[in-house]
Amino acid sequence: MNKVVSPKSTAKSIVMRNTFPEEVLEHVLSFIDSHSDRNSVSLVCKAWHETDRWCRRRLFIGNCYSVSPAIVIRRFRDIRSLAIKGKPHFADYNWVPEGWGAHAYPWIAALAEAYPALEELRLKRMVVSDEALELIGKKFQNFRVLVLCCCEGFSTDGLAYIAANCRNLRVLDLFECEVDDMGGNWIGHFPDSYTSLESLNVSCINSELRFSALERLLCRCPNMKALRVNCTVPLDKLAILLEKAPRLMDLGTGLFMTELRPEVYKRLAVAFSRCKEIRSLSGLWDVAPSYLPVVYPICPMLTSLNLSYATIRCPDLIKLLTHCQNLQRLWVLDFIEDRGLEVLAASCKDLQELRVFPSEPYNQEPNISLTEQGLVSVAVGCPKLQSVLYFCRQMTNAALFTIARNRPNLTRFRLCLIEPRSADWQTHGPLDDGFGAIVEHCKDLKRLSLSGLISDTVFEYIGTHAKKLEMLSLAFSGGSDLGLHYVLSGCESLRKLEIRDCPFGDRALVLNAAKLETMRSLWMSSCRVSYRACKLLGQKMPRLNVEVIDERGPPESRSDECPVENLYIYRTVAGPRLDSPGFVWTVNENWAMRSPSL
Amino acid sequence: MEEPSKKEELCPNLLDLIPKDIECVFNIDGDKQRSHGSSDEKKLELRLSPPGDDHRWSTIHNPKIQRDESLPSLWYHYSTTQSNFSNQHQQKQQPPPPKFSFLQYQKGPAVAMESSQPCSRRMVDLRNAEKKAFAINPANNTAAANSSQKRAAAAAPPVVGWPPIRSFRKNIASSCSLGKSSLGPQCTITSEIANGKPGKNLRKGLLVKINMEAVPIGRKIDLNAYDNYERLSAAIDELFRGLLAAQRDSSAGGNKEKPEEKTVITGLCDGSGEYTLVYEDHEGDRMLVGDVPWHMFVPNVKRLRVLKTSKLFTLNLDVVKVRSRVGLYDPLKIFSVGGLLTGDVSLFQKILAALITGAIAITIANPTDLVKV
Repeated sequence: MNKVVSPKSTAKSIVMRNTFPEEVLEHVLSFIDSHSDRNSVSLVCKAWHETDRWCRRRLFIGNCYSVSPAIVIRRFRDIRSLAIKGKPHFADYNWVPEGWGAHAYPWIAALAEAYPALEELRLKRMVVSDEALELIGKKFQNFRVLVLCCCEGFSTDGLAYIAANCRNLRVLDLFECEVDDMGGNWIGHFPDSYTSLESLNVSCINSELRFSALERLLCRCPNMKALRVNCTVPLDKLAILLEKAPRLMDLGTGLFMTELRPEVYKRLAVAFSRCKEIRSLSGLWDVAPSYLPVVYPICPMLTSLNLSYATIRCPDLIKLLTHCQNLQRLWVLDFIEDRGLEVLAASCKDLQELRVFPSEPYNQEPNISLTEQGLVSVAVGCPKLQSVLYFCRQMTNAALFTIARNRPNLTRFRLCLIEPRSADWQTHGPLDDGFGAIVEHCKDLKRLSLSGLISDTVFEYIGTHAKKLEMLSLAFSGGSDLGLHYVLSGCESLRKLEIRDCPFGDRALVLNAAKLETMRSLWMSSCRVSYRACKLLGQKMPRLNVEVIDERGPPESRSDECPVENLYIYRTVAGPRLDSPGFVWTVNENWAMRSPSL
Repeated sequence: MEEPSKKEELCPNLLDLIPKDIECVFNIDGDKQRSHGSSDEKKLELRLSPPGDDHRWSTIHNPKIQRDESLPSLWYHYSTTQSNFSNQHQQKQQPPPPKFSFLQYQKGPAVAMESSQPCSRRMVDLRNAEKKAFAINPANNTAAANSSQKRAAAAAPPVVGWPPIRSFRKNIASSCSLGKSSLGPQCTITSEIANGKPGKNLRKGLLVKINMEAVPIGRKIDLNAYDNYERLSAAIDELFRGLLAAQRDSSAGGNKEKPEEKTVITGLCDGSGEYTLVYEDHEGDRMLVGDVPWHMFVPNVKRLRVLKTSKLFTLNLDVVKVRSRVGLYDPLKIFSVGGLLTGDVSLFQKILAALITGAIAITIANPTDLVKV
């Protein structure tokens, strides 16, 4: 910056440097929203780094242990919106032992001191205690948005505190959280003067919502755009809610079943037909098919439909889907069967995301005719399909070929075969070539989950072709270390890798140790990584936290060759964490120096 | 070093993949000890070449990924200086795979070769190379493949935690099987709602804590994923079997390479096994699992414990005490009267009978209480 290029440009550059006001730069930068772009901006030069420090308002932290609150506070002076992710993704399926960590309280306590003007907090997979919620209510005067996604550790008491104290709250979104029920009427704690609510999602709460309080809340909040109630709100009361909030854009119903009564039906039908702005429909627990037609008026405008709790059978599903021509996102149970998916492919040409969940995953012989053909018909028929999550019981390489060739624009492909290591039922071979075709044709693939019978061949395909792959999930796959090596050495954009029950050991991991610093995290459980390799990695890579999570006791008490139960490696600038529970050991230089007799 | 000669001819194939860029040798103290010739110890040696003078393997690491080129890639190679060099086989350099809870699977390479899909010669070579260079027990591959094929063909036991579904969705499965048979206005869910009691347990993943004796860390188990005691029992067996074996190993103080056989935990609910399942209800009472029908058990259980059946006697002792006290009282009362049942027994005799039966009961049930000071 200080180097002068030539005498002619000297004066000009000095003038430029001195007169280019920071305010202009800040204003320009305020148009850059993407987190990765803002990160790049801060690396351009020192001036921009400093400017970013002052004017950055939104921050995303992908792993709460990769950085400490103190470092964040030192770096940025005034953050208004913060998003933090905690536990690894496998925690969603209870594969991370309970009590592992990701506590939100230390973060919130630090933020409360440093950023009293914080307005938005989005936490994912973190343990949020009631004390943390109380702190939010107490310390942040202008708090507006609280989104807790897959969090746990709090109860309705904490929610009551938030309701009572956050005067400016706009969004309260609890997405698939585990909330303890302490009784009481937490929703009644919103003061009578409170009118700013715009989005309320409480579908995960199991306890009863006091309906009268909810109704009053809706009455005094004219800006309600999104409302997702829980399963305790009965169908006959839903009409009342819709009448109070006719401009809803996102509706999550409660139970969709009650005795068939003409007056209830009529009221619902009228209420739904008045809600002309609903674009997203969810909830629909236990649907009574006779009531389903009440939603037909809003179906043509729906872009997102979540039927993943709805016990609607195929014929009714087909009737419903034929009304939804503009559907972009569909989450549904496997009741839809292959014929339902064919109808979907024919009617919903704008479909971008499809998720099919199993209704009876533990039943060996369910009476549901959902096979790979369903997915093939959707892939062939929906030209905009990008994101797939599909649970089924059988698959063939041929089906995967067809999907790959027809849908090269896939960005997320997650296939879960319910029986581990299921082979291609036609050839009885592995599904390597099918998945290979997927990664070869879908150049923009960002997320991939493999299942079924998989050998190391597919990993070579992945390493060769999946250059934009960011997240890979493996289970019961592979034959040897070579598979892991292909992935780690070939996938340039890989950020998250999660593995369970695969025969991957030390070699590939240690060989590609440098790669681990370019990734956000690596999770391996029930693999063959020995404690010796963990110690080596911990010793040689100071910017990685190598966590051995083992409920059998200290790894020192077993042989070094003994494989560790769970291994979680993530890059960090904060050093080893200080809140590890008893079954987590972070290996670092100090550990590796210990004498083996300990 | 002790590599079999086969590896020499395989090196060129694998080397095709390796760009010869970064080479460095990185030794730690393993090397020193090796030069001292100490034997019978597994050493960790960090090198970028395998043991042996003629083989030079450069790092397989793709230079494009390497951001910081000064950071050496690590290749380490287990070398052993055991005295029986002549017996060095490829697989002996790897630690024997311990038998833990994951299913061992060596099927990949064998089956891939049987596949009808065409593969290039290089892929075949690669698989050969991979089999010999990386595989842990290549000799056992085919055998394992066949057996695991058969295993997969037969109804495999359900793997714990598979398929990956969130606990919210697991519920749908169980409530669907309820709803299937009773879809209609008179279904139980509506009646519960009508009674003002929402179907809580049908929605929530009913995760209850479960602790096993001698295992310090508890687990959580989703009761709604099972619909009878047998399945629950099997799931608990799966959950704790590995942990228990590990506990036995560590308590035996061994650094055993080969853990002991895992014993199946059976008879949890009928008292016939080594362990018995006990639950605590919401009032804090402990009760044996299996006495009440399943659908009555699920809403009442707050917490589960797996206790040793022998230790259960201490719990049952209270029951024994009560029973013996109650059972013995009447006969003793009659005895103290002397067999004459004329009129009412006096209060003094009743008290005496009660005291004596109490003493007998506590002597039978809990003699240690008596010697307590």
